[in-house]
Formats: sequence, structure tokens, C-alpha cells
Amino acid sequence: MARTRTPVVSGWFTQDVPPPAPMAGPAPPFRLLGTRCTACAAVFFPREDSACRNPHCAGGGDLAEVPLSPRGRVWSYTDGRYRPPAPYVSDPAEPWEPYVLIAVELEAEGMVVLGQGAPGVRLADLTVGAEVEVVGGVLNEDAETTWLTWQFRPVGPAGRAGSTGSAERSGGGS
Amino acid sequence: MSADVAVLGAGMHPWGKWGRSFVEYGRVAARAALADAGLDWTDVQSVVGADTVRSGYPGYVAGATFARALGWQGARVTSVYAACASGAQAIGAARAQILAGLADVVLVVGADAAPKGFFAPAGGERPDDPDWLRFRVLGATNPAYFALYARRRMAVYGDTPEDFALVKVKNAAAGLLNPNARYRKAVTAEEVAASAVVADPLRLLDVCATSDGGAALVLCSMDFARAHGVADPVRIRAVSTVTPTYPRTVLDLPDIATDATTAVPTAGPAAAASFRASIARAAYEEAGLGPRDLSLAEVYDLSTALELEWYEDIGLCGPGEGASLVREGATALGGRVPVNTSGGLASFGEAVPAQAIAQVCELTWQLRGTAGERQVPGARAGITANQGLFGHGSAVIAVR
Ligand SMILES: [Zn+2]
Repeated sequence: MARTRTPVVSGWFTQDVPPPAPMAGPAPPFRLLGTRCTACAAVFFPREDSACRNPHCAGGGDLAEVPLSPRGRVWSYTDGRYRPPAPYVSDPAEPWEPYVLIAVELEAEGMVVLGQGAPGVRLADLTVGAEVEVVGGVLNEDAETTWLTWQFRPVGPAGRAGSTGSAERSGGGS
Repeated sequence: MSADVAVLGAGMHPWGKWGRSFVEYGRVAARAALADAGLDWTDVQSVVGADTVRSGYPGYVAGATFARALGWQGARVTSVYAACASGAQAIGAARAQILAGLADVVLVVGADAAPKGFFAPAGGERPDDPDWLRFRVLGATNPAYFALYARRRMAVYGDTPEDFALVKVKNAAAGLLNPNARYRKAVTAEEVAASAVVADPLRLLDVCATSDGGAALVLCSMDFARAHGVADPVRIRAVSTVTPTYPRTVLDLPDIATDATTAVPTAGPAAAASFRASIARAAYEEAGLGPRDLSLAEVYDLSTALELEWYEDIGLCGPGEGASLVREGATALGGRVPVNTSGGLASFGEAVPAQAIAQVCELTWQLRGTAGERQVPGARAGITANQGLFGHGSAVIAVR
């Protein structure tokens, strides 16, 4: 059925495009979006659009949207064996399936960003310090909407087979 | 020391799941603290309440709510909210009033009636609230954050789940001796290992429960204490409520990301110090003493692994040496510097606005030498430490 594909939070990552037609070629790369102060080079994620929060900033700069590093290193990781409370969306009629949470230190920004593991990523696939990449994914679906989010998955041999495209187009949430 | 304030009274409502209003817990704790101080409620010139935001409007104005429950008597009133640091902020506000000469005697009260299970954000669609977002977007519960810290320790320092379990065993052994604790039962490492995984690598017995409970203190000026016949009271010498410094590089609950380091050309030692360590450092500087002067400490063991982190942050040992302290028994009752002699959150559970006050109650009883079977012999100085959501520091140093 035709659900609208909508980011769970607007402006935090590149806008999803409709699933490509078979011959449409590769989708554009998925990136987290932050903002960067033009006066002091501070980068913010989630994006800061009001004012630079670096107390030593000279001021007078703009906050420009900037794509964040597509890759980083695992700072730590865990999972959730019990169903989280609302507003996390899950079907109480379905048995709880734990998913992985990964905190990733982004390469260029030096910031740690928390995200869910991509579908199929297990604790055993992860080690602190290992390289991971950000990909688009599905957080959950309701009658009208497929809610999109960012996810992390290992790079290289530990990466999921068949998930080499730039954005996850399947799985999760429903 | 002119900056000292005296602790004249300390009291609690026992922790548990009692199913009553937070107002009742606060009133009982306040009455206990007043009786301990040998004062009537009508002697109190100011009341500071630590807020209980989940309990609706009366909880948001806890100062007046407790004052009403005790009987309106015209005292100065203050309500403060700083999540887990609420109690420390309440103590800080009371202390500031005393040192400024606005009041000689102040009652500080915090109490909670906590829901079962995970703490959840306030209801409604609130996408501009980071606490709401971390649940909606990530399903990241509080134990998930504690597990991230625990896993990180395992990777960086080589801590093991068995090390974490030792913290629970130690704190349960202390809580067993505390009549105000909710759980008064010895726990073995095997029992910790056999409990269900909540967020890998942490198990049910590694993370603290949510509880009902209340705690209160009667604080006064040194002159008032002497006039009241208490020549050598327990003294509060420092209250640290500092914020982090930019850039904050450790992922703290409830944030989805840390600050970037792009605006900081060279990360100096100040930038490298963790927020938690800076809370304790500010308290030590204000008190004019250091970790070596401590007889005991009360730290927020939201998880067993987090207690090990606090050992390092309050300076009991160097980075990565926390597990060896608990292995050696240095932080157990009878050890070199006992930590969480009350039994900690492991034995109490979280009653958010009460807990930082309860920590100071424990310091008070220990420094008076009235802590019974869990007494640290000859205790002279102690520190409490925790942190409040969104960057509220919380540490108190008390001396005798
Ligand atoms: Zn700036």
C-alpha cells in the first residue's frame, strides 16, 4: 500500500526519495544533517538553528546546514531486552524483538551520535572502535506513513550481506 | 569556617512501593528531621522543596505543598527542579539563604511516588523535547545509557560483568543494615549473573529500581546551632551544582549526541575532564579538601558499572582503576573508603527529588557516629555525588 515516506524528525538527515524505479540508478547517499557555525566552526547535531552554543564563539556567524561524516567508530553499543515505553512505537500484540543501539564517534566532527543498528545487526557484529556507516532505515509504519530514521551498520566484512546500497529500503518496524 | 552551615536534623520516610502520595512521604520525612533537630515546625523560617514533576501540579510547587501539609505558618518558601540534582539544588538554595542571612533555620524536603518500570517522558507529541525524542526516535531508556557506559568500560579498561556484580553485592550488604532501605537482603554474584539482561551487558540486578520515598534535612547557621546547644554539628562545607563545559564529549542522558570538537583547536586538560569529574572537583575546591580526606562517599549507583565510574570521577582512584577498588574491598564497609554505606540506589531505588537529600542524611548519620551497624569508624568527611538530567551538577561535602 502507498504510505507516505516521512522522516521521523524533519531536517536531521537527507530527505528520503521514493524507492527508485528498477532502471533509475543508485539512490543519492544518505547523510545525517547538522549545522555549522560560520564564525567558530562548531558543528551541532541535532541541528541548532537558533544560535551558536559555543560559549567562546565570537558571534556574528550563521548556522549553515552541513552533512555529517558518513562514517565513524563505535564508541559503545547495547540493546533493549524490554519494550521501551511510549512514545516509542511498537505493537504490544507482537513479541518484543530487541534491537541494537550504537553510539558512534563521527570521523570529522568528533561527536558521538546515538542511533539504532540497521536491521540484522547483532551485538556480536560490533566491537568498540570498529568502523560503521550511517544508512537510512525504517523506524516504524502506521496506516498512512512509513517513518524514516537513521541507522548504523558495520563497514566491511561484518556489514550485512545484501545491504551495500546507500539506503535501506526494506525491513524493520512493521 | 564562615561558609559552613550546620545540619541540625535529618529524617526519611522509608523507601519502598507504598502506593501513597509523595506529600505523605515528604511530610513524614520532614517531621522526622524536625524531631531529630529538636525543633518545632513553627521554628522554621524557610522551606525548600525539591519538585516531583510526575505527580502533577502539587509536585511542581513542592515547597508550598510540603508547607501546607505541615500547616501553613508563613515561612519563606522555595521550589526547585533539577531532575536527579533537585535535592542538591534544594540544599544549595537553603544554604545560600542561611549564608546570606535571610533565614537561620531552613527545612529541605524531597519526596517521590515513582511509577513502576522504565521512567518515561511526559505525554503528548513534543518533538522539541530531547527527552521525548530519545524515546520516540531511538527507544533509548535510561538503562540503555547505563549499558553504553558499562560496555565502554569493558572495552577501554577491561572491566567485566563480574566486577559490576561486586558493586551490587557490596551495596546490598550495606543496605541490609539500613532500616530506611527498600531492599534489605544480601545478594550474591551468582544471583546478579542469573538475573535477566535488561540492556547488554547490564542485568536486572545491575540497574536500580524506581521507588517511593522521602528525605528531609534541617539546616541552620552555625550561630543558631550553638545557641541551640549543638556546639559541634555536622557541617555542610560545599554544594556543587555546576554545569558541564563546552564541548561535552561524553554522551549523557537524555542526549542523542555529544558536542562536536570542531571548534576546539587543542583539547586541553580542562576539556578532557568529564562532566562528572568536574562536579566533584568544584565541590573539593569549595570545601578546601580533597579525595584523600574522605572517610566515605555516597554516589549515584544508577547502575553497578556507573558506581565504578564515580570512584574515578570523585578521585578515589585514577581512570580505569574503579574495578580494582571494588575487587580489593576498598569501597565496602570496613574498607579504606566505603562508598554507598547507605546501600545506595541498589538498596533504595530511585525516588528522584529525595535521593540527593537522602545521600546527605547518610553523611550526617555517619559523621555523627550514629549509623549503627553500618558505621564507618571515626568518619570525619564525606562527599555525595550525582548529576541531574540536561547538565545539573550535584555534589555535597559534609565534615565534622
Ligand atoms: Zn560559533
